Amino acid sequence: MAIYLIVALDVLNGISSLFLLCLGLAIIFGMMKIINLAHGEFIMLGAYATVISANAGVNIWIAMLVVAPLFVGLVGLVIERCLIRFLYGRLVDSMLATWGLSLLIIGIVTTIYGNTQQGVPTPLGGFSIGSYQSSYYTLFLAGMAIVMMAVVYGVMSYTRFGLIARATMQNPAMAATLGVNPARVYMSTFAVGAAITGLAGGLLAPVSGITPGMGGAYVAKAFMTVVGGGAAILSGTMSAASLFGAVNQVGAFFTTPVYGEVLVFTAAIVLIRLLPQGISGRFFKGNL
Amino acid sequence: MPARFRLVAQAVAVIVAIIAIALIPSVIELFALMQLTLFAAMAVLALSLAFIWGFGGILSFGQTAFFGLGGYAYAIAAVNFQDSTPSILLAIIIPSLFAAILGYFIFFGRISDVYLGVITLTVTLILFNCVNSTSGDEYRIGKALLGGFNGMPAVPTFNVPFYPDQILSPEQSWWVTGGALLGIFLLLRLLLSLPAGRVIVAVRENEVRASLLGYDPRKVKLLTFILSGAIAGLAGALYVNWGAFVGPTIFSLSLSAEIIIWITVGGLGTLLGPIVGCVLIEYIVAYIGSQQALNSNLVLGAVLVVFVLLLPKGLVPTARDLLMRLVPAPKPKAQHADDRVPPPVAASHMAGAE
Repeated sequence: MAIYLIVALDVLNGISSLFLLCLGLAIIFGMMKIINLAHGEFIMLGAYATVISANAGVNIWIAMLVVAPLFVGLVGLVIERCLIRFLYGRLVDSMLATWGLSLLIIGIVTTIYGNTQQGVPTPLGGFSIGSYQSSYYTLFLAGMAIVMMAVVYGVMSYTRFGLIARATMQNPAMAATLGVNPARVYMSTFAVGAAITGLAGGLLAPVSGITPGMGGAYVAKAFMTVVGGGAAILSGTMSAASLFGAVNQVGAFFTTPVYGEVLVFTAAIVLIRLLPQGISGRFFKGNL
Repeated sequence: MPARFRLVAQAVAVIVAIIAIALIPSVIELFALMQLTLFAAMAVLALSLAFIWGFGGILSFGQTAFFGLGGYAYAIAAVNFQDSTPSILLAIIIPSLFAAILGYFIFFGRISDVYLGVITLTVTLILFNCVNSTSGDEYRIGKALLGGFNGMPAVPTFNVPFYPDQILSPEQSWWVTGGALLGIFLLLRLLLSLPAGRVIVAVRENEVRASLLGYDPRKVKLLTFILSGAIAGLAGALYVNWGAFVGPTIFSLSLSAEIIIWITVGGLGTLLGPIVGCVLIEYIVAYIGSQQALNSNLVLGAVLVVFVLLLPKGLVPTARDLLMRLVPAPKPKAQHADDRVPPPVAASHMAGAE
């Protein structure tokens, strides 16, 4: 019995961390149709910000929940002003430029901190189910995923900023005629997406090995999940993350972690073949 | 008259390129020759993506899938047969079969742009993960041990066709690799000047219009994809011949990214540009690697960002435009003719760049 509980926890962990990883990318892709291939490096920057401030004596929770998103949000703002704003509407060019950006960020971080692994101890303790061990941090991650979902839903549905953002997403020209400045909306949306990605990096810092090249492990998965989810930010990302996260963990349980990954990639290919517009292009049309 | 002049100029350029390839080994050191051989193998890979991306309009993020398959197919066959002739053929056939299956799945499912990128990317990652986990004695094909993350060392290199004892010397390897590069370049140029090539470009320009004219865009794209897979497979065999080694990093994302950088820097929509971009970038990376002062990622990333923002057309088209402005053409037709001349000339230029 205990083993099933552990597998269920693993699945929950897989889904919530995948969702947290993808949310920032989904916001940027859903709003502006820009694929940010430097997404993995935003995660890496969030993780570095957490580790470095935590090792400098900042409380780990503050480092994770405040420093990481603020820092990466600022970086995102600068990048949007210097690079991304010239590339709206040029999908392929934006992918190339952000790919270059990702190499650049990896290079800068490697030059400063070296190609070594850093880490912080996982906060919160562990608990046991039968003869198996698990950590409370897993539950915390799942809680954070739910909180982030609620926050994004709340901001998008009930605030003026959310209304303007959704309007700009639907029809930038019409929004502009009604007095909204789309450039500013894009700028703030990109920064918010970057900040959420930084938060995800900070949250995953205690449970992953932190190296300058760590983003590469995430970017393909995030890219695949967001595209598989389709245009709707929340429902699409959540459904794709649930599908891929569950496939990954269950596959890894029955075979090896390597074949778990292979299964996810295969699932992504089949999904895109069956639903070329992504999950939300078919089932949650027009939803958030 | 201009047309005839163009033909003569092209023929001269090809002859110059052949002479350059033939004479290079007697001019430069062995180390530089080995490096040039590597660059030429990589340039064949660059041509394979330049063809489908620049002329077919298909941006594949997983060109290394075919490159890696070609490399592994060659290595496994060469270890088993101890003869490179059938192995090279297999290194071309297996990736093209794989491209045929994958391409059928993609193009007949009418999957395009971002979605195509996701699929090609994930296929590459699947291959990387699978090959990476094949360490251990149970993973062997015939006599060939796959070796997982450590790869396959001591792969037999090319030999004289049908004489397995006569292994090619580094000079002969260069002739084969450089010759393959020139041959593929000329093959693609010929294809693009034929009606079939025009159809490929027509599909890139406007799929609906091409299909209204009676062509099936899915079939055209599939054939383009297969041809490019075959070329990438050949590049894989040439690469393995260079290092006598193949490992799973041949499927890596960073190599896929590098091919795209070569093409962006050299010029999308040309065949010469990617070769120039490939040699230039690979040379810079090798130089940085020997200097230890700067991180190569940093430089590559900066180069890519600068090119996308400031020089989106790439080096070769920009240089051509500049030349065009300097040399006022008497007639628009002649200007067009000049347009076509540079490629082979610069191909030889590139071969002699070292």
